[in-house]
Amino acid sequence: MLDIKNVHASVDDKDILNGVSLQVNAGEVHAIMGPNGAGKSTLASIIAGKEEFEMTQGSITLNNEDITEMDPEERAHKGVFLSFQYPVEIPGVSVTNFIKTAINGNRKAKGLEDMPASEMLKMIKEKADLLEIDRKFLSRSLNEGFSGGEKKRNEIFQMAMLEPKLAILDETDSGLDIDALKVVANGVNKLKSKDNAVIVITHYQRLLDYIVPDFVHVLMDGKIVKSGTKELAYELEAKGYDWIKEELV
Amino acid sequence: MSKYTEDDLKKELETKEYEYGFYTDIESETFPIGLNEDIVKAISKKKDEPQWMTDWRLEAFKVWQSMEEPDWANVNYKKPDFQSIAYYSAPTDVDPNKTLDDVDPELLAMYKKLGISLDEQKKMNNIAMDIVVDSVSVATTFKKTLGEKGIIFMPISEAIKEHPELVKKYLGTVVPTTDNFYAALNSAVFSDGSFCYIPKGVRCPMELSTYFRINQAGTGQFERTLVIADEGSYVSYLEGCTAPSRDENQLHAAVVELIALDDAEIKYSTVQNWYPGNSEGLGGVYNFVTKRGLCEKNAKISWTQVETGSAVTWKYPSCILKGDNSIGEFYSIAVTNNYQQADTGTKMIHLGKNTKSTIISKGISAGKSQNSYRGLVKISPNADNARNFSQCDSLLMGNACGAHTFPYIEVKNKSAQIEHEATTSKIGEDQIFYCNQRGIDTEKAIALIVNGFSKEVLNKLPMEFAVEAQKLLEISLEGSVG
Repeated sequence: MLDIKNVHASVDDKDILNGVSLQVNAGEVHAIMGPNGAGKSTLASIIAGKEEFEMTQGSITLNNEDITEMDPEERAHKGVFLSFQYPVEIPGVSVTNFIKTAINGNRKAKGLEDMPASEMLKMIKEKADLLEIDRKFLSRSLNEGFSGGEKKRNEIFQMAMLEPKLAILDETDSGLDIDALKVVANGVNKLKSKDNAVIVITHYQRLLDYIVPDFVHVLMDGKIVKSGTKELAYELEAKGYDWIKEELV
Repeated sequence: MSKYTEDDLKKELETKEYEYGFYTDIESETFPIGLNEDIVKAISKKKDEPQWMTDWRLEAFKVWQSMEEPDWANVNYKKPDFQSIAYYSAPTDVDPNKTLDDVDPELLAMYKKLGISLDEQKKMNNIAMDIVVDSVSVATTFKKTLGEKGIIFMPISEAIKEHPELVKKYLGTVVPTTDNFYAALNSAVFSDGSFCYIPKGVRCPMELSTYFRINQAGTGQFERTLVIADEGSYVSYLEGCTAPSRDENQLHAAVVELIALDDAEIKYSTVQNWYPGNSEGLGGVYNFVTKRGLCEKNAKISWTQVETGSAVTWKYPSCILKGDNSIGEFYSIAVTNNYQQADTGTKMIHLGKNTKSTIISKGISAGKSQNSYRGLVKISPNADNARNFSQCDSLLMGNACGAHTFPYIEVKNKSAQIEHEATTSKIGEDQIFYCNQRGIDTEKAIALIVNGFSKEVLNKLPMEFAVEAQKLLEISLEGSVG
């Protein structure tokens, strides 16, 4: 599904990614771990198409289509979803209004009419229930005054609504207490299918107890330096990252 | 596919054409340019006015001559030459007694372009309209339906003749001829406008609306609106404005007076879309307007304005809270783009006890424009327990525009409670990327953010116009949306 080949990227002339390659197939869950500043969030932004980052080398292919040059919204239309580490506030725009605009934006790109209101409401209700989201929450301004947990739950709610092919969860566990973490992880698990794929970016192994990865990759200094199964995550949790560094030398 | 960036948007904004910039070729009668006593008299004579009205105008003209054009506002423009403007222009063949069927087809075609289909308005929206082109009121709809309730809604020129007792009693009581330079000018030369009277205890069953249009070149528009809500009555009133695109500046100096007697309520909404000038700042309307309302006991006046047009705006819809327990509200969205300048806000004058006022001002600046909020909250010594809440938010797009806030607060009573909040924000790349990532393109993302920012004010507009206003915001900022 996703094929990242030798991606180099920089921001303000500073190299952050130095040749990342990663292949993700439909039905798989990949975890990307690594110390602070390793380039994890940059990788997420690069896949989503954030302009600030300049991709100097390499290519990104989604379902056999080169998306390297595509706008962020086009990538979204192709099924890329990024759950943000720090979701932005948009005052005065309700969660419902935002998701409605997003869904209709995606439909328009596919040449479809706006989703009928009744269908939209039904879908919102269904997905809100799935994620144990209170109806009142949906009329609040997007991310304004949300707690850390509410923000992340809202991200997953949007993911549920948009039904992406590839979901990237950037530090979705940060700022969550254990109960919120379980709700969010459950939501992701319910959305998982053989037709979509998930990339989980995290510092800690904790989240991976709930969203169990098929593969774990260690990103360091802008490169994937080690890949393995979920056992690798336990090893990292126990031993930290230094031993990998030493191994590399 | 080529990328639609913020730079493209900026370019699009710069090249965007004003939608209402057409000129309609209708026969009109225009006075020679210049202003003197004879012109004032001639206007009065043209309108077939009684002597008291002529005298009132001449008095105002005398006052105006002794006044200086104000220059304290945060705007820069070439002062108009008041001797090079024609003070009266009217489509010819306006016969007050004729029905809509007799209206010049060119005029009707113009309304259609403006998006006003009189018939449709009548049927669908339940809105009574008065339309003022250049200086003259050309059509008032729904007169009969309103008449049954005793509501008077007619051009002020007719009201002067048909209801002199009301006009005489209230005209100039809230905005005296001596009030300011433009109000004095307006008092001397106004040629038409709307008049509305709601009798005691009557709830006006429909929105009343006036549509203003400057059509002729080199003319000024000076309309006068007087709304009187008698005890316990209610009325919601809306005005809309457009003008052709012209290279020279056109002057619009209106006066609106609202009188809410005991227990009455007036809602006054404005969607102002005068020609803003082109992307180089050439042309556009100078919008120098005095709007003020007086609240008697338990009365309430709400001003709601969506200001997207004009090259220069100088306008402070205000409330004098004279009666105890009276309430004043001001909800404003002001959008400036390219070289537009707006200095707008409100005055809330608390005189009575337990008076309350709310000010919500949303300024959106783009291009090289300057957008200022200027507001005064004044609590007089007798106004026990007066309360005010003010919120002034500014949203900036790009790096070349400016947002300014000038709040003045004068409190002479210790029991007053005043709150003032102000924020300035910029549409962030992060917000746009977030929207893009969800499949929302940049243009739509900006519309979403701007509408969210303006929501508190948009919600105050009558339903029928909220959608229109929302569309106008998008058009003003984003070029051809939809």
